[in-house]
Amino acid sequence: MRTRPYSKRNWTVRGTICTQTGRLGGVGLMSESILEQSGQPTEFRTTELQQRRHADLPFFLVMGGLSATFVLLIVLLLTADLLFTSVADFKAALLRPEIQAAFRLTLLSCTVAALMSLWVATPLGYILARYRFPGRWLVDTLVDIPIILPPLVLGLSLLILFHLKLGDWELESFLRDRLGLPVTYQWPAVVLAQFTVACAFAVRTMRVTFEQINPRCEDVARTLGCSRSQAFLNIALPQAWRGMLTATTLAWARSLGEFGPIMVFAGATRMRTEVLSTSVFLELSVGQLDSAVAVSLLMVVMAIAVLLILRAVGARLQA
Amino acid sequence: MIELKQVAIRSGSFSLNSVSFRVEAGQYAVLMGKTGMGKTTILEAICGLRRVASGSILIRSTDVTRWSPSDRQIGYVPQDLALFPTLNVREHFEFALRLRQASTMELKLRTAELSEVLGVSHLLERRIQGLSGGEAQRVALGRALAARPAVLLLDEPLSALDQATRNEMHEWLLKVKQATGVTTLHVTHNLEEAEALADRRLVLDKGTIVEQS
Repeated sequence: MRTRPYSKRNWTVRGTICTQTGRLGGVGLMSESILEQSGQPTEFRTTELQQRRHADLPFFLVMGGLSATFVLLIVLLLTADLLFTSVADFKAALLRPEIQAAFRLTLLSCTVAALMSLWVATPLGYILARYRFPGRWLVDTLVDIPIILPPLVLGLSLLILFHLKLGDWELESFLRDRLGLPVTYQWPAVVLAQFTVACAFAVRTMRVTFEQINPRCEDVARTLGCSRSQAFLNIALPQAWRGMLTATTLAWARSLGEFGPIMVFAGATRMRTEVLSTSVFLELSVGQLDSAVAVSLLMVVMAIAVLLILRAVGARLQA
Repeated sequence: MIELKQVAIRSGSFSLNSVSFRVEAGQYAVLMGKTGMGKTTILEAICGLRRVASGSILIRSTDVTRWSPSDRQIGYVPQDLALFPTLNVREHFEFALRLRQASTMELKLRTAELSEVLGVSHLLERRIQGLSGGEAQRVALGRALAARPAVLLLDEPLSALDQATRNEMHEWLLKVKQATGVTTLHVTHNLEEAEALADRRLVLDKGTIVEQS
């Protein structure tokens, strides 16, 4: 990495365009008296310049070296996966009906969980960013619990919640018998498990997004005739679209990688509650390492595709 | 007309006790005072953006102390202008009128009138990100005036401008004053600004407002 050399291009001194050399060492070509009068540095030696450039070298080495370590690790991981599998294995895995069913359910459940997360995270992030109210610290802490709780514990907690008996009443029985919507060990359990964790990340993102938007704009909108909801919808929300895209991406990616709560709360029944993350586990558990790696690579491709699509949408919105 | 009667405002460790003053209809009053004395707090209380502990605020002789900011018919230009980043200049001028469900003809006429008075006719389709300091000030002023407010509140609107632009803005504000005759309360700590614009000068000192000749 090289620092940009000083340039004396287009230095206008007393109406004269000075000779251009493009390098600091050539400053001596200019009239020294003129430079002194104009307050510019009078002299730079080539050796001093070289020393200055070299003085930055350790900085770039340390910063670049540490950054490269992580980037390299990711590249090595993906390369190892690619080398381990073959195109034939990849195709064979994708053509299996149970993997195709898991792929479809993953796409659907991740998208539903991400949209539900955005739906909830937008108002919650706004409230946490804008208002001071009693118990705010408690809400703030509770929102973080799905992030810090071990995934298996979260799944277990969901299972207990749906099967806890309050007298004769049970949430799972109520949903199954009254509303015809069984949850546990069914596909809604997959979405709910993904949503519980993904939403916590989306709330964090939306809170930071709204904290970075000037609240005075909403104040002014209110003096112009907006109600609070109009100020939110007309002024705050249009400014938050980048954060909303980020929150959706994050929630989708987080849902894609969710495993522990799904295993406990939804199970891993083939063709019914199996998503790609549980496919990897199921394939590994029966010794199908090739297939597990192929599914893993499919997940990488899906994650990259979603990231690129959302970035493209973001770029179009910005234009 | 703006009138504050024995208004007390408390916000954390800061408080203002028993602030009273009156600006007559059509007057251009300048409120001066040192930084941190509570000038902005008074404007926010008049807007309804800050809760008043006691006392009353009257606009056009009506007690609006408990009214929502949206009902007070106020044009407010805050210090940082708070222009809306997702709207262009025309949309800023139309914003308050659209909330009042103004007709397309009314929107066109008022936007044309305001942009003419403020000299921003050529900027109507521009996004606010590309505006100069003086242009942004005039857009904020136009946005505040669009719905013909009962009072105009300006919170140090020229503090971030260079001297030349500030002098130019004095001319624009005088033009607006003549064109609209709106009752104005202009907060500043700049004496020159006060001399150039004010019909009346008020000074906030240790929580009390005094008239300055």
